[in-house]
Amino acid sequence: MSLINTLAQTAPDEMLKGLGAIGAGIGYGAAAIGPGIGIGIVVGNAITAMARQPESAGMVRTTMFLGIAFTEALALIGFVVFILIKFA
Amino acid sequence: MTADVGRRAAKDNLFTADPGPAVEAQITADMARRMVPVLPVLVLAAGLIWGADGAVSAAFAVALVLGNLALSAALLGWAARISLPLLMAAALGGFAMRLFLITAIFLLVKDQPWVDVPALGFSLIITHLGLLIWETRHVSASLAFPGLKPTPSKLAGGRR
Repeated sequence: MSLINTLAQTAPDEMLKGLGAIGAGIGYGAAAIGPGIGIGIVVGNAITAMARQPESAGMVRTTMFLGIAFTEALALIGFVVFILIKFA
Repeated sequence: MTADVGRRAAKDNLFTADPGPAVEAQITADMARRMVPVLPVLVLAAGLIWGADGAVSAAFAVALVLGNLALSAALLGWAARISLPLLMAAALGGFAMRLFLITAIFLLVKDQPWVDVPALGFSLIITHLGLLIWETRHVSASLAFPGLKPTPSKLAGGRR
């Protein structure tokens, strides 16, 4: 705690920059967890559907691909927030 | 008894390759085709808001989105031809790899003079979501397999 106080008094700009970098990194990592779980659910259910009904594999794969891409959009939003905080 | 047969069939099918068409590649090609007339509008809009650097960054973001989708399609199509468990690994591994690739590409170009970070970021999200919503609209509107809307001539041929 005293280290943080000392840093805040001696180098407030650097401390803010550092905290921003930590926040951006944690935010980007956290934003990738949700889509990872989501993609797992989408693909897991698609595999179950394809294993049970192989004749519908084409339609299932179409839906799965779009589902993965939609879920991935969340990670992309996290990435954009990261680059806006860190580099803009 | 019937449930046992169903479970056995599902287990057998799990390790068989899907010989169907590469629907992912077809969808990605369809999205790229749709992007062609929209690209000048997007670049012009980004140019008006963020200037010339913004326009170049928007075009770069479109290339990044299409490259990301094409890589995803290639990976999933390749894995589906081999086995379903590999599809799971390709989907999750591919997600992590593509996220890493996008970050690496951005870190490589971020210091270039033509990079405008807000323009790149917003174009990335708008292009990705816009293309997906457009494609989903076609898939759900036409019920066509694999998501490509049938042409009027094909519809007429089918009705005959």
